[in-house]
Amino acid sequence: MNQFDTIILGAGPAGLTAGIYLSRAKRKVVIIDKGIPGGQMVLTHEVANYPGFENISGYMLSMNMKKQAELFGAKVISNAAIKAVNLVDDQKTVTLSNGEVYSAPSFIVATGGRSRQIGVNGESDFTGRGISYCATCDGDFFTGKEIIVVGGGNTALEEAVALTTYAKKVTIVHQFDKWQAFNSAIQEMEENPAIDSIMESRIVEFRGDEKLNEVVIEHIPTGSTYVKPIDGVFVFIGYVPNTEDFKGILELNQWGEIVVDSTFQTNLKGVYAAGDSIVKRYRQITTAVSDGTIASLNVAEFLNSIE
Amino acid sequence: MTLYTNLNHVETAEQLGKIIQENENVMVCCGRMGPMCVPVYGIMEDLEKSGKYDHVKFYDMLFDSPEAGIIRNLPECRGFMGLPFTVYYKNGKVVKATSSIQNLDQITDILDDKFEN
Ligand SMILES: Cc1cc2nc3c(=O)[nH]c(=O)nc-3n(C[C@H](O)[C@H](O)[C@H](O)COP(=O)(O)OP(=O)(O)OC[C@H]3O[C@@H](n4cnc5c(N)ncnc54)[C@H](O)[C@@H]3O)c2cc1C
Repeated sequence: MNQFDTIILGAGPAGLTAGIYLSRAKRKVVIIDKGIPGGQMVLTHEVANYPGFENISGYMLSMNMKKQAELFGAKVISNAAIKAVNLVDDQKTVTLSNGEVYSAPSFIVATGGRSRQIGVNGESDFTGRGISYCATCDGDFFTGKEIIVVGGGNTALEEAVALTTYAKKVTIVHQFDKWQAFNSAIQEMEENPAIDSIMESRIVEFRGDEKLNEVVIEHIPTGSTYVKPIDGVFVFIGYVPNTEDFKGILELNQWGEIVVDSTFQTNLKGVYAAGDSIVKRYRQITTAVSDGTIASLNVAEFLNSIE
Repeated sequence: MTLYTNLNHVETAEQLGKIIQENENVMVCCGRMGPMCVPVYGIMEDLEKSGKYDHVKFYDMLFDSPEAGIIRNLPECRGFMGLPFTVYYKNGKVVKATSSIQNLDQITDILDDKFEN
C-alpha cells in the first residue's frame, strides 16, 4: 500500500496546481492521470491568455506545471491503468491494474472534460480519415477541398474561419436556428465568402470507403434527410465532463458536472473537486488553476482537522 | 522544427529501413509537436519506460521532413487525414497503421495483438 496525504485524480491544470500547493505545504501527494499530464492544455497549440506568458504552447505549459509539482515532491503517475477508485471510506483508494494501491484520507477529483463527439454511425471509423476535432492539426490535409464544420458556438465559428485558409469551401452545420457565439465571431464568419451554413440540421451518418466521402444530413424540424458529398468534417460541439465513473457516488447535476460547496468539497467528506469537471460557467486554464488552489488549501485545512 | 520528445528519433528513410530490418517489432509515430500527436508520444515514452514492452522499439519521426515520405506514402496510410500517422512494423512489414490521436488502451491493444511477447 502506498500511503499519501492526498490523492489527486487528473493531472490537468487543476490537478497539477493542487499538487503544487499541497506538496509545497509538505503534504505527501500523488497525482494520477489516465492520460499524459496537462489534460486539455496539451490539446492547445498556443495559449495566449495565461498570465505571465505572452504566448506558450499548451504542451510546454503542461510540462512546466508538472515539473513544478514534482520539484516540490509530488509524485505524478501518467498513463495509469486505473482499475478501481474508492471515495466512500475514510481512506480513499485508487487501485491500478498492476495491483498497486494508493491510499489517502483526502482526495481531489480533477478529471476535467473532453470534446463532445456527435455519436453517430461512421464517426469512429472515419476519425483521422476525414473527421477531425483539431483544425490546427489537420487543416492542411484539406487544402483546396470542401469541408463541413459542425457546431454553432464561438469555437466552431472561429475554426470555420481559420479553416478557410486551407479549404476552398466550408459549410457550417448547426442544429439550432440561431448561432450561440459572440457577435464578433458571427460577423467574421458571415463576412467570409468561403463559408456558408445549414441551420437546424445535423449529421446522422458518415459514409465512405478508405476515407470519408459523404454525410447524411437531417433537417431537424421536418426529419427529411439528404446525402452531401464532402471531403472532411471538423466537429466543435462543446464539451462533456469526465465524471461517468462517479455517477451514483458523487452528486452530479443534469450535465454530469460535480456539485461542490464553497470549499470545493463534494457530497463526500474529504473528497474535493476542481476544474472543468465541476459545476461552473467559465472553463479556462486560469479558472482551473484557481479551483485547484482553493480546493488544495481547503484540503490542507481538512487534513489538519483530522490529525 | 524538431520533435522534442524523449523518444529516439528517426531522421532518414534509410535509417528507418535499417531499424525495421534489425528489430522484430517497431512502432513509429510520425507527427508534429501538436495536440493530437503529443499524447501519443507521451504514451510511447511511458510504455518504453515501463519495461513491459522491451520487445518493441519505439520511435518518432517528423511528419514534415521530406524523409518521412517513407511513412506518408505507405499504402497502409492511404486515406489518412489526421496526425499523427502511427505505423507498426513486424519483421520489416507494416502490420498496422493508425491515423489521429490514440489512447493508451487503443495502443496497447495493437501492441498486444500484433507484437505478442
Ligand atoms: C482545443 C482547446 C483549446 C483550449 N484553449 C484554451 C486557451 O487558449 N486558454 C484557456 O485558458 N483555456 C483553454 N482551453 C480550456 C482549458 O484547457 C481547460 O479549461 C482546462 O484544461 C481544464 O483544466 P482541468 O484540470 O480541469 O481539466 P483537464 O485539462 O481536462 O485535465 C483533466 C485530466 O484528467 C485526466 N482524467 C480524466 N478522467 C480521468 C480518470 N477517470 N482517471 C484519471 N485521470 C483522468 C485527463 O486525462 C486529463 O489529463 C482549451 C481547451 C481545448 C479543448
